Amino acid sequence: MKKLLCSSALVLSLALPVAAQDYTPDPNATPGGMITITYKDDVATLDPAIGYDWQNWSMIKSLFDGLMDYVPGTTELRPGLAESYEVSEDGTVFTFALRQGVTFHNGREMTAEDVKYSLDRVTLPETQSPGAGFFASIQGFDEISTGAADTLSGVEVVDPQTVRITLSRPDATFLHVMALNFASVVPREAVEEAGADFGKVPVGTGAFRLADWVIGQRLVLEKNEGYWRDGVPYLDGITFEVGQEPVVALLRLQQGEVDVPGDGIPPAKFQEVMNDPDQAARVVEGGQLHTGYITLNVGMEPFDQLAVREAVNMAINKDRIVQVINGRAVPATQPLPPSMPGYTQGFDGFAYDPEGAKAKLAEAGLADGFTTQLYVMNTDPNPRIAQAIQQDLSAIGVEVEIRSLAQANVIEAGGAGEAPMIWSGGMAWIADFPDPSNFYGPILGCAGAGDGGWNWSRFCDEGIDAMATEADSFTDPTAPERLELWSQVYQQVMAQAPWVPVFNEQRYTMKSARMGGDDALYVDPVSIPVNYDYVYVTE
Amino acid sequence: MAGYLVRRIFAALMILLGVSFITFVLLYVLPADPVRQIAGRSATAQTVENIRQQLGLDQPLLVQYGRYLAGLVQGDLGRSYLQRTEVSTLIASRLPASLLLMAGGIVCELLIGLTLGVIAAIYRGRPLDQGLMVTSFVAVSAPQFVVGLLLLYVFAVQLGWFPIGGYGTLAHLVLPAVTLGIMGSGWYSRMMRSSMIEVMRQDYIRTARAKGLTRGRILFRHALPNAILPIIAMIGIDIGIFMGGIVVVESVFGWPGIGQLAWQAIQRVDIPVIMGVTMVSAAFIVLGNLLADIITPFIDPRIKMR
Repeated sequence: MKKLLCSSALVLSLALPVAAQDYTPDPNATPGGMITITYKDDVATLDPAIGYDWQNWSMIKSLFDGLMDYVPGTTELRPGLAESYEVSEDGTVFTFALRQGVTFHNGREMTAEDVKYSLDRVTLPETQSPGAGFFASIQGFDEISTGAADTLSGVEVVDPQTVRITLSRPDATFLHVMALNFASVVPREAVEEAGADFGKVPVGTGAFRLADWVIGQRLVLEKNEGYWRDGVPYLDGITFEVGQEPVVALLRLQQGEVDVPGDGIPPAKFQEVMNDPDQAARVVEGGQLHTGYITLNVGMEPFDQLAVREAVNMAINKDRIVQVINGRAVPATQPLPPSMPGYTQGFDGFAYDPEGAKAKLAEAGLADGFTTQLYVMNTDPNPRIAQAIQQDLSAIGVEVEIRSLAQANVIEAGGAGEAPMIWSGGMAWIADFPDPSNFYGPILGCAGAGDGGWNWSRFCDEGIDAMATEADSFTDPTAPERLELWSQVYQQVMAQAPWVPVFNEQRYTMKSARMGGDDALYVDPVSIPVNYDYVYVTE
Repeated sequence: MAGYLVRRIFAALMILLGVSFITFVLLYVLPADPVRQIAGRSATAQTVENIRQQLGLDQPLLVQYGRYLAGLVQGDLGRSYLQRTEVSTLIASRLPASLLLMAGGIVCELLIGLTLGVIAAIYRGRPLDQGLMVTSFVAVSAPQFVVGLLLLYVFAVQLGWFPIGGYGTLAHLVLPAVTLGIMGSGWYSRMMRSSMIEVMRQDYIRTARAKGLTRGRILFRHALPNAILPIIAMIGIDIGIFMGGIVVVESVFGWPGIGQLAWQAIQRVDIPVIMGVTMVSAAFIVLGNLLADIITPFIDPRIKMR
């Protein structure tokens, strides 16, 4: 796939039919069977333009399709509802040829009109989509988001099987955006009939359809027999039970009543599970595109001094913090997680050096230390991590007062620029798509540094911003020069030390003995937490 | 009687109005912006502003409150910001489960509390009485989260007598109802004990004893009905206490009631849902107290309604 994408950029304007099957189906897979998955929180909505939660993200992936998709268990793009696509020489015009004969769950055939309708819908202000911003590079986005237009001028229906999308600027991440849930294709008549309640009666083209939903209790998906990808899904259906505490879900898994606990293994039970060989054998470990970090507010004293930010970076004992969460992470050196393209191999960042940190403080004229506040979300293990940070900083003379608050309150304090330090855990950045740009704009770029933004360190460097813009203007997202540019961006960010990158969390999922399929499907980097379309049961 | 009722109902409505205003103001001053929860982390400033306007959250507090009240009197609780559906639908789908759990909790606390209270009163001052009173003290003090998990572990996981959480059958109800009832049962056993002891000192009990009635007949025909009276009125107040308790119990047992709904809404500043659950809970508490006041005179003619 990567090769194909490269060639699409280099060969230019040539139609590139892309291989229809790029995933080798598991030869042992047997169709049939139902599985049970639990979640603590309710499924808020299954509307692909709205859903942005841990629970509904992969459900929506199984109910809907977009023009692009990922090879299961990987971060490699593959075509979805588009059979092939062409990119213009300057990288601003994408022409997608749609698959023939794909039908929605209501039986109607999907056409180019549906693609246009869906993209208009997600960007219209009335929809209040949390994903609208991802589509900003499409021509006409500004007009539609200010209400000046009610359709995206950059999306044209060429014929019922062809859609042409024109961008206002080259956007290397555009194909990833087309693979986001927010870009799912929905049928107009079903949306209009359901009105604002479309999220409760979703109709898509996906591998599963919604069979039953008792709000607050249970949600059942059943196999879409007419699914356009051959051979999948394997399962007859999936029952999601909501409102289950992770500890209770684990007990039920041990009794064989649950197949996958959607919220994972509760931190308090992790050691117990890993110490039991039978249970440990059913634990699946995988990387995820996540970084946990401490923001240092460059707009507040004394973090406006580089030496102080460096001192804090040197004072944090990342290995010990990893121990606090039972070793379920690897220490981080830079904003990007290791599995993300553009990660700088061999970049060591700041080593743990309390003496050096004290020297840096003295250099800043703060040899006696200072007092500051650390904001943290109030769910386990975040307060415990905050305490470890507090101890580390206390060792160099910095007194930290911990403000442990509900998620929404921490986000508010961060957006208002009131928090000197924030531990990102529980709100941390898990990538929306596997591209290095996703860790920059809103959380480290100037665009996010205003009031209400997500750039909580208020770091804004015009020079680095310009490099980021340049990197995103490439037409090929995997171009080595582009990834090198991103690597430079993050190294330059670290030279300014607005963050303490602490760790990259590993994901641990557990499954029942009867669950089959590649382990990668259970820690799928995109279909979080499980790729439901490709897993199967063995009995 | 009618005048009394009208006055009480008017007072109840005033209380509800007060609750709605206080809750609304508290949510308004809360340092958390619901619009940012809706808009998500990739939203532009324009998107955030659009949403704020569409929801009317750019209006002054009193205008917002006025709009909410206007909806409320027409039975419109608004739409959930995050679930994007009617709050009334969300509450209606979950209320039956909460009511069932509360009913189960009341039955459990009465059954356990009254029985233990009577036994303690009979064995007053003896080791059994002292043992029961210590037990009741533990029951009152034990956190429901711990009690729930303990019961779950022993009776569902180890013994397998009941399902591990969930909803649907009577077997599902037992453990959550007992968890909810245990705290109240501690109070009831103490109250029942002292009430029973008080009654046993009365002249009519001495008369009954002098008539040569059996011990059982004295206890169950003459003493118990009188001792229970002051306790009945407590049940109305319990509904209020339970409204708090169900938040914990529902989350431990995966019980699909409004407590869970409230907890999730609070986490994500879903103001219409928080308001809705608060108003419905407040209405139940007020109604419970009202019923207790109305019923008491029927049980005990000495208490007059004025």
